[in-house]
Amino acid sequence: MGSSLFLQLLVNGVIVGTLYGVVAMCFVLIYKSTQVVNFAQGEFLLIGAWTCWWLVTSMALPFYVAFPMTFLFMMVFGIALQMIVLRPLIGEPVISVIMVTIGLSIFFQAVMKSIFGVWAQPFPEIFPVKSVDILGLSVQPAYLMSLVVSVVIMGAFAWFFKYSRMGLAMRATAFNQQVAQSLGISVKAVFATAWAISAMVSALAGVVVGMVNGVSSALSFFGIKVFPAVIVGGLDSIIGAVVGGLIIGVLENLAEYADGQYLHVGNLYTVAPFYVLVIILMIKPYGLFGTKTIERV
Amino acid sequence: MSVSDTPVLEVRDVSLAFGGVRALTEVSFQVNKGELFSIIGPNGAGKTSMLNCVSGRYKPTSGRVFMDGRDVTGLSPNVRATLGLGRTFQNLALFGHMSVLDNIMVGRHHLLSNNALSGALYWGSGARKEELAHRRKVEDIIDFLEIAHIRKAVAGTLPYGLRKRVELARAMAVEPKVILLDEPMAGMNLEEKEDMARYIVDLNEEWGMTVIMIEHDMGVVMDISHRVMVLEFGRKIAEGLPDEIMSNERVKVAYLGIDEDEEVA
Repeated sequence: MGSSLFLQLLVNGVIVGTLYGVVAMCFVLIYKSTQVVNFAQGEFLLIGAWTCWWLVTSMALPFYVAFPMTFLFMMVFGIALQMIVLRPLIGEPVISVIMVTIGLSIFFQAVMKSIFGVWAQPFPEIFPVKSVDILGLSVQPAYLMSLVVSVVIMGAFAWFFKYSRMGLAMRATAFNQQVAQSLGISVKAVFATAWAISAMVSALAGVVVGMVNGVSSALSFFGIKVFPAVIVGGLDSIIGAVVGGLIIGVLENLAEYADGQYLHVGNLYTVAPFYVLVIILMIKPYGLFGTKTIERV
Repeated sequence: MSVSDTPVLEVRDVSLAFGGVRALTEVSFQVNKGELFSIIGPNGAGKTSMLNCVSGRYKPTSGRVFMDGRDVTGLSPNVRATLGLGRTFQNLALFGHMSVLDNIMVGRHHLLSNNALSGALYWGSGARKEELAHRRKVEDIIDFLEIAHIRKAVAGTLPYGLRKRVELARAMAVEPKVILLDEPMAGMNLEEKEDMARYIVDLNEEWGMTVIMIEHDMGVVMDISHRVMVLEFGRKIAEGLPDEIMSNERVKVAYLGIDEDEEVA
């Protein structure tokens, strides 16, 4: 029992961890390119999942139509949010921007609750919910798919930043907006793209989680879990976000194991990532991969 | 390339104020096509502010800026860059984590017509041909500035003089008609200064770029400039050929700080 449970939890941890990694990447993308700490990241998952759910159930659209539509909607949503809410805040103190994203988070949660209710709604069955057996471990097909999707997204991110024209522009903008502009890069376009990509990819994660656990406001909790992940990895590192996500995912499940087997404190699963957050901030405040800010005076 | 009489850049009555501080007061000047034009002046005279008004980073409080006869006063820096305005910065501003090649490629950004989608198709979309053409152009610039041996190096690790050259290469990659150089020789030793001066002259003569330069080294400025403008406390106090500026009493006063009483005496 002990060791197979341990292994099962470890696999769960890796799968959930890659999802954390994807959402953390979206968070870092926004932070890196626009210097906004987005507390409403979890709500992107929520809105994406509800949109897709609504299209599939109420509109009775097949999933393969609903999913791209959700993507399109989230793209427009991300751009609109950046243009309408965040662009006027450029140049305002960081704390003001943070307060606004916290406000957005509360606002979107409330709106989603008022539209879709407070109860978790199951997704219509798209992938078989029955667990499949892999090397003696039972894994949900939707999770397996999420693992594949996550890895593909990570690869796409890497390609995008390294080779695409917009990716290069985004890296340049993250480094120095003034210089980027002097080279003909539209900083406005870069900001809008960052939010659009972040919203789209987060929504994808939201849909995946929604398929397994049902769609509910609990999804936005992902947005909170992202903080330990990005702090561990380093706020401005995309690779750090992936590694941080994995660490937090595995750690959660190990905490669950330790808790269930030996400690019996209950709920260690939820709290453990935040212990790590505090410890990391104490000993390595820039995270594993973050850049230390050295100001030359 | 010879200097023509058509102004490629015109600054008309530009004033700039930050709150109560007047950085520039009604400065006007024209730079003709093919010219090497220098702006000099004591510290705090408003030279960089002037350059920032031209590049679009600052919007003048009043006055207008024209490029090729077109009013660009309201346009953002990135639009002006696409119209043919390149610049370097006073404090080195390379993308430190990127390779030298990537740094220069960023400058090609607005010239790449393929977007991520068509670029992803790569074959058949012309992206390959396009990239090759760009790489050739970039290689020309690299050869010109003699930085071929460091093209793969991470920009942040290079010594100061080389970083200055890479920054110039990046600004050149935009293929500007007018290039703004903010203290291209600051902090350099004599040999590095001579190299840089040679690059700037070639940039002007062989590459046909109109150069507007801020520089403190009077020897270099008087040596290579076609015309010089002098600013003091945000006002233009002189403009003319290097020889005229050298013998201008007003300029001597501004630089040497001789006050009027002494001059009378």
